[in-house]
Amino acid sequence: MLEILAYLKANVLAINLIVITIYLGFEIISKVPAVLHTPLMSGSNAISGIVIIGAIILMRQSESNDYLSLTVGFIGIVLGTINVVGGHAVTNRMLEMFRKK
Amino acid sequence: MSSPATARKGNILAAYGMALAIIVTVVSPVEGDHGNYLLIIAAIVLGSVIGLIFSKKVEMTAMPELVSLFNGFGGACAVCISIIEVYKFNASTSIGIATTTYLALFVGGIAFTGSLVAYGKLTGKVKDWRGAFASYFNLIWLLVCVGLIVYQIAFPGQNEWLPLVVLAISLVYGFTFVLPIGGADMPVVISLLNAFTGIAAALAGMVYDNMVMLLGGILVGSSGTILTVLMCEAMNRSLLSVIVGGFGSTSASAAEGEDGVVKEASLVDTAIMMRYAQNVMVIPGYGMAVAQAQKICKELDKSLSERGVNVHYAIHPVAGRMPGHMNVLLAEADVPYNKLIDLDDANEMFRDTDVCLVVGANDVVNPAAMDDPSSPIYGMPVLEILHSKNVIVLKRSMNKGYSGIENPLFFHDKTKMLFGDAKSSLELLNTEIKGMD
Repeated sequence: MLEILAYLKANVLAINLIVITIYLGFEIISKVPAVLHTPLMSGSNAISGIVIIGAIILMRQSESNDYLSLTVGFIGIVLGTINVVGGHAVTNRMLEMFRKK
Repeated sequence: MSSPATARKGNILAAYGMALAIIVTVVSPVEGDHGNYLLIIAAIVLGSVIGLIFSKKVEMTAMPELVSLFNGFGGACAVCISIIEVYKFNASTSIGIATTTYLALFVGGIAFTGSLVAYGKLTGKVKDWRGAFASYFNLIWLLVCVGLIVYQIAFPGQNEWLPLVVLAISLVYGFTFVLPIGGADMPVVISLLNAFTGIAAALAGMVYDNMVMLLGGILVGSSGTILTVLMCEAMNRSLLSVIVGGFGSTSASAAEGEDGVVKEASLVDTAIMMRYAQNVMVIPGYGMAVAQAQKICKELDKSLSERGVNVHYAIHPVAGRMPGHMNVLLAEADVPYNKLIDLDDANEMFRDTDVCLVVGANDVVNPAAMDDPSSPIYGMPVLEILHSKNVIVLKRSMNKGYSGIENPLFFHDKTKMLFGDAKSSLELLNTEIKGMD
């Protein structure tokens, strides 16, 4: 229990930011008209690809002969990049259709 | 994303932000740096190429599936990270780090396989697995997984294989979690899984003490969660009932099997009815997407509008396979978005509507949701089109829709069925109407 409290205390800034971000997420969604819900899902999906950063860090921290980490990390980056790039491209395609001709 | 006009810029901005984050991560100092830049860049390039190819090739109707697939990949990435990190644990690893890493593994795993199942269901490859024991099984599975995680954290390093077991169970759980959920509920599930991937990213962010991952993940997690809740509200079903899944009473209502008589519409009559109507409301559904009838629908809209008929589109929040699915479809056909009316506004307009044209929609116009307490969709807000003067339903056959429920709308006095493929029916109607002055 004490450990948890200590962890929280040391990370007050992070916790504040988290709370603000949660609020931000809620607020943003309520402003989006139902018309845009599908591109929204696609867009937020692309953002969840941010996890790729972890994979990059992982690979940078792996030793050059740690093949397991390198392979798994490689796969992770590939999949994550598909998520990000594909996600933004798909969202863009959807949003293009909303342009006033 | 608060207006269609600015949304595109928003998306591009987000993409730049992401690119920046990636570049920064690749070049900035990191502890224990061993380079490996070539591999990293190669992986990014490979992923980008694959992602771009996929997104260019896919048709609009397959968008939901693709979003689900991409989401799964994001989850998989989180899993890759977590499984490696878990094996790096030693006696000095804090409980905080251990917990978050395991949670990232767990949530990422569920998101991964769950998304794959959702993909399968949307492409029709995976059938629903309904069993009374399904929900208990899931609950047990969940408890086992959580139990193992707690065990691993409390007594680290007991068993070499345990982390892999946790991984395996997470993957299976994602699978069994989504499997019993009805195809009609997939939009809700995808939104939920999207939130999960976000949470997994946030957890991984905590592991690496990386603010960008943490905040990005939380943003997705919270927006995904609220979107899921909004969708459930639109269907008037609790999230719990969606998750526990399946329509328990489907067997009961299916056994009844209405053998009522339907009235068939004649093309010419329908065309005349529409041409001389003042207000026409089109109700698009997934069937319109399947038949790719949105462009011809717009043509019909144009023909009618030129002759002084008011044409609007009533969009139910869960019509189609994803929220906003119909909006995207109609936008593709250049239908101006001020003609799209939402559920509550549409319900008020039906009293003044002369003709309701149901194009491939089924559950969203099923009156049983309002008057039949034994119906699985009872309580779900629907488009009350029976308030309008005439209802024409475009359908290929009398087959039950996606959710397998009978629709008494078809047997109602006001309703006429226009059988045939939506696209050809609309084309024929359009030709008829253009032949009138």
